[in-house]
Amino acid sequence: MKYTEEHEWLLDEDGIVTVGITAHAAEQLGDIVFVELPDPETEVSKDDEVVVIESVKAASDILAPVDGEIVEVNEAIVAEPSKINEDPEGEGWFFKIKPADPSDMDDMMDEAAYKAFIG
Amino acid sequence: MGELKRTALFDLHERLGGKIVAFAGWELPVQYPMGVMKEHLHAREAAGLFDVSHMGQVIVRADAAALEALMPVDVAGLAEGRQRYGLFTNATGGIMDDLMFANRGDHFFLVVNAANAEADIAHLESHLGDAVEPITNRALLALQGPKAADALAEIIPSVRDMRFMDVAVLDSAFGAVWVSRSGYTGDDGFEISVPRDQATAFAETLLANDAVAPIGLGARDSLRMEAGLPLHGHEMTEETTPKTAGVGWAISKSRRAGGAREGGFPGSDVILPELQNGSAQTTVGLLPEGRAPVRDGAPVFAPDSDRQIGIVTSGGFAPSLGHPISIARIDADHAAPETVVHAEVRGKRLPARVTKLPFRPSTFKR
Repeated sequence: MKYTEEHEWLLDEDGIVTVGITAHAAEQLGDIVFVELPDPETEVSKDDEVVVIESVKAASDILAPVDGEIVEVNEAIVAEPSKINEDPEGEGWFFKIKPADPSDMDDMMDEAAYKAFIG
Repeated sequence: MGELKRTALFDLHERLGGKIVAFAGWELPVQYPMGVMKEHLHAREAAGLFDVSHMGQVIVRADAAALEALMPVDVAGLAEGRQRYGLFTNATGGIMDDLMFANRGDHFFLVVNAANAEADIAHLESHLGDAVEPITNRALLALQGPKAADALAEIIPSVRDMRFMDVAVLDSAFGAVWVSRSGYTGDDGFEISVPRDQATAFAETLLANDAVAPIGLGARDSLRMEAGLPLHGHEMTEETTPKTAGVGWAISKSRRAGGAREGGFPGSDVILPELQNGSAQTTVGLLPEGRAPVRDGAPVFAPDSDRQIGIVTSGGFAPSLGHPISIARIDADHAAPETVVHAEVRGKRLPARVTKLPFRPSTFKR
């Protein structure tokens, strides 16, 4: 698993990368009540606002962690946004992306580095 | 903004794991570990304890006529031991603040909004001088929800005899407490003013009851929105008249055109005709058709048109209803229930249906 400073996790399985937010981020956001996902087959650039989530407190944007193509989105969290709070690093995943250049992930944090990052 | 103030319960909030934020010049918990959603539901199903010590408590030793000169409500007709909702209006008919005031025999006791407390006190003092005594040595707690009466009666049994909007000064193990049966969630409950040095012990005693959980500012806001209760700075502003803000009901018959003590308050020349003739804009509930919350500041448009007809004044997710709700100030010709309007969120126009307030009926013990 790799992590970004935007509190996303990335799980690479044979070149398809699943993306979600960390338990730390989900806890900070509070109860999530709304999710808007991109269309599958969307080409995105790093830092594009690809997902909107709203917690009871505020709206937040989730940014594309790398350039690539969205290949699948998790419709289950649209129907049940609370899944993100319940299982942020499992059932609460957001989308799967095929990175244009998988080496873009090389410099991302590993779990130990992310833990140090959030203190 | 100067130094943030702390209430008497600050250390308790930290011990309880409260997430502290700045609010109206005070450091207060926005939520506890339970989270906004569960806190909201707990307050609806059992009892929630809120620290509202940031609100201004003020004693006014003046006669009813002196207060009636500042507010469009019936002060003279308020019986001893009773509380009423009031508004401070300005010369242009806008709302400086809303408040609760109680008749306590030889004086009135007022509770005003934290953000406006300083201005309210200056306003009162400019008219009433030494009659105004800000109370700074007392905390203010709210205990709200269907189990609030049982929980509070374990400490102060006589609160059971109070009904909605009764006030009483009662002896307790925590000194003299000033109790009103009222609140800001739309449910039964109490607001309790307690000596500052007794506040933590009082709160801890209430929290020892399994029915009582501490509730932060986040759920306080979602609870009041569901109840359709206006908030100054949102539904009500210095530029918003009572009729426009949806609080025209608060203006007593005796102070309206043809009443026994008609007018005689700031802005009456604007406010009274509007009560009869209507206002250009009015405050309504909006039910967004999708799941996206439509929050404070979202512009509201007529459907399929670029004509902006208003603005969302409060909005978010309603935990007890399971969908988003908003309160909006919109043109009166689009304010009929079931009218479809469009609210703009992140550049998209989202359809929403006008509805009457409140979203959820109140359960006061009248």
